[in-house]
Amino acid sequence: MSGLTIRGLTVTFDGFVAVGGVDLDIPDGDVRFIIGPNGAGKTTLIDAVTGLARAGGSVTFDGQELLGRKVHRIARMGVGRTFQTATVFEELTVLQNLDIAAGWARGPLTLLRTRRAVPPEVEKALETVRLTAVRDSPAGTLAHGQKQWLEIGMLLVQNARLFLLDEPVAGMSHEERDATGELLGLLSADHTIVVIEHDMDFLRRFARTVTVMHAGKVLSEGTVAQVQADPRVQEVYLGHAVGEAV
Amino acid sequence: MRRPLIGFGLAAVALFGVAPLVLGDFRLNLLAKYLCLAIVAVGIGLAWGRGGMLTLGQGVFFGLGGYAMAMHLKLADAGPGELPDFMQLYGQLDELPWWWRPFANPVFAMAATVLLPMLVALLLGLLIFRRRVRGAYFAILSQALCAAFAIFLIGQQGTTGGTNGLTDIRGFFGYDLNDPLNRRTVYFIIAASLLAVLALTWQLIRSRYGELLVAVRDGEERVRFLGYDPANVKLVAYVAAAGMAGLAGALFVPAVGIISPALIGVVPSIEFVIGVAVGGRASLVGPALGAVAVAWAKTALSERAPSAWTYFEGLLFILPIVFLPGGLASLARLRPSWRRRQARIPAEATP
Amino acid sequence: MTLVLSQLFTGISIGAVLLLIALGLSLTFGQMNVINMAHGELIMVGAYTVYVLQQVISGAGWSLLIALPVAFAVAGLIGVLLEVSLIRRLYLRPLDTLLVTWGVSLLLQQLARDVFGAPNVQTRAPEILTGSIRITDDLAISSSRVFILVLALAAVAAVTLVLRTTPLGRRIRAVVQNRDLAAVSGLATGRIDRLTFFIGSGLAGIAGVALTLIGPIGPAMGTNIIVNAFLVVVVGGIGQLKGTVIVAFVLGVLQSMVEYTTTTSVASVIVFVTIVAFLQWRPQGLFTLRTRSLA
Repeated sequence: MSGLTIRGLTVTFDGFVAVGGVDLDIPDGDVRFIIGPNGAGKTTLIDAVTGLARAGGSVTFDGQELLGRKVHRIARMGVGRTFQTATVFEELTVLQNLDIAAGWARGPLTLLRTRRAVPPEVEKALETVRLTAVRDSPAGTLAHGQKQWLEIGMLLVQNARLFLLDEPVAGMSHEERDATGELLGLLSADHTIVVIEHDMDFLRRFARTVTVMHAGKVLSEGTVAQVQADPRVQEVYLGHAVGEAV
Repeated sequence: MRRPLIGFGLAAVALFGVAPLVLGDFRLNLLAKYLCLAIVAVGIGLAWGRGGMLTLGQGVFFGLGGYAMAMHLKLADAGPGELPDFMQLYGQLDELPWWWRPFANPVFAMAATVLLPMLVALLLGLLIFRRRVRGAYFAILSQALCAAFAIFLIGQQGTTGGTNGLTDIRGFFGYDLNDPLNRRTVYFIIAASLLAVLALTWQLIRSRYGELLVAVRDGEERVRFLGYDPANVKLVAYVAAAGMAGLAGALFVPAVGIISPALIGVVPSIEFVIGVAVGGRASLVGPALGAVAVAWAKTALSERAPSAWTYFEGLLFILPIVFLPGGLASLARLRPSWRRRQARIPAEATP
Repeated sequence: MTLVLSQLFTGISIGAVLLLIALGLSLTFGQMNVINMAHGELIMVGAYTVYVLQQVISGAGWSLLIALPVAFAVAGLIGVLLEVSLIRRLYLRPLDTLLVTWGVSLLLQQLARDVFGAPNVQTRAPEILTGSIRITDDLAISSSRVFILVLALAAVAAVTLVLRTTPLGRRIRAVVQNRDLAAVSGLATGRIDRLTFFIGSGLAGIAGVALTLIGPIGPAMGTNIIVNAFLVVVVGGIGQLKGTVIVAFVLGVLQSMVEYTTTTSVASVIVFVTIVAFLQWRPQGLFTLRTRSLA
């Protein structure tokens, strides 16, 4: 079974059910958008998949169970994520950030040596996320959009096959959104991508499939058109979300 | 690449050329003592400044190194088959305790001065870093370890000398420490050790590991998502710092002639940190220079007015940290200071 | 049996002292996450308050009684002064706070040495606290220890009452649970911090008054107790008083039992090892406020 398979996923915080029995199949190569009103459990879902939140049920990636593993073990299996607020190492340069992300498999001897040249995969990622020009600047000095791209670049060099992106275009300008969308299109050729997003316009343009979550459960699933046509979705979400987006 | 080499060259000239020429025997011996503290400080700079681990318990490792060395020297002073003088004095023991015996071997003792502290740090670090005990919790725990260690030593009067510690050390691997020439040699050994420790730390800081360590300091949780276990990353710096403290403790013994609980308890352990804060916690030479400067100020001031020194020391803890968190090193360079940032990952507002 | 009982009570009374000195910390460290290394010196301030009052008031009982509110106020005010002048600048740098307040503790110690002299000073205990209470034929408990136990429990009750029932307590808890949300909800978080710090530091003053009954009063008394006090709060867990209370008594009893069977010297190591082992099981302490933040 390839891709991400979620069965009966449950996450509770002190009795509050944040995610209540979610089933989800994300096949290889999909660009899946997960939408839903605040409190629907979207980020908690990602937290559970990446090992941050303790969860019940089952999550398998390429046939291997993820639940119960430690965060860094899950990351090593090819599951990468970004955060709502970009979290990069601000005092390190863009290059250093990427080099660290590329390096968990390095042996102690390589680690204890100084980096002599830029590793090819880092070079390539710099170009893909368009940060070659600023590679020696501290990551803290980057613009908001650039930080998100740096995070995506870190996923690339980390050799993640599944990208879990938590609101990657929140707070971005129009140009930055377009560039991010193009980047996603480029990446989808050889990665599986899950995007949590509120921006309906962005979703319409770049989503391949959509899952709508509401109150910790999956409400609807399908293509953008199918989901938009679903009356339940219009009722709980799209109705006011479309209003918000305008 | 070139600038640090010039720096090392200058430091070597200062330590090996200028200082022995300018300073008399007494002052040179004082400098030897300060350089021991500087070696501890370099380790703290690595663990705290680069790794974010404020260790208030370096006295334990300093003490382990110091006692390991002093035990060997006491045994050597006593001669083969004899008990060290203080054991005869208290008269409770007929023969050497079993755990003293291996220290009669000089090779074992010398290795133990560094390896024993590293082993203790490794065990403790494994237990607490893996359970994600960090920040203030780590600082408090390291301080508690220090308090427990000092109380333990004080209680074992018959075998460790108790409050007095191991004193009156006369020889150093067969050389008489009363001979000024031999004391100079001890100074040179200490100066060379400091340079070696600085070189080792320099390599650690500029290696890929050094970059990773800073990443763990600034975003321990974030690093996990990149596939690293931050506990292992921190462990390396912590164990290295412990080894440096052990080496410093071992060298302190021939330079000063004593090791005792009062030199390694809670108060001296936190005093190790002050020079690091003043000099610049995240820089390479800042901690070493800071430690020497603070130790020198302590000698100079407390000779004249002990109470003035305590006030000054109190202010040393307050003013540089509040107003100059990067230490004096941040004045020397034009780059923005290495301020320690809170490791933060957004706690999201909506579930 | 008597022996066990008497060791048990020794343990409980060690625990009561630990509780008194850690209670203020469980507010400043536990609720506000401020590591105040000068807490021990605030205890010293409380102790010297008794000494000063006894120079003016002749009755030992009265002076002790008056010293309780006075020490609370004096230590509390010094604490607020510290918060306003230094700690407030360092809220995002907890480790730096630790070092800076250590500096403050050095200043306060030296100040005490210059004002009251380096040697320890003596205070008089009131008549009714000098005797002991006979429980069985061969088990007697000193009345001062009982007084400290009662005082510690009363202080816990008072703090709990304030936190649970008063508007101030609600605000303190709100700020602890979500500082940003409390701020946007219109709570003056700065003022609440100062009030929390006042109460926490004031409790140190009360602890200092109690310590005059059982030990010497001197400039170094703070350093000797601060490490254990912090351990109690760390092991007890952040943000909740009940952890502090339980751990104080458990550590007290543990220490007295181990000390009886071995020596003080070995006991200190055993207690430390126990704590590290305990943290393997509960790294966040006995009780924690569960939040979703990663910190």
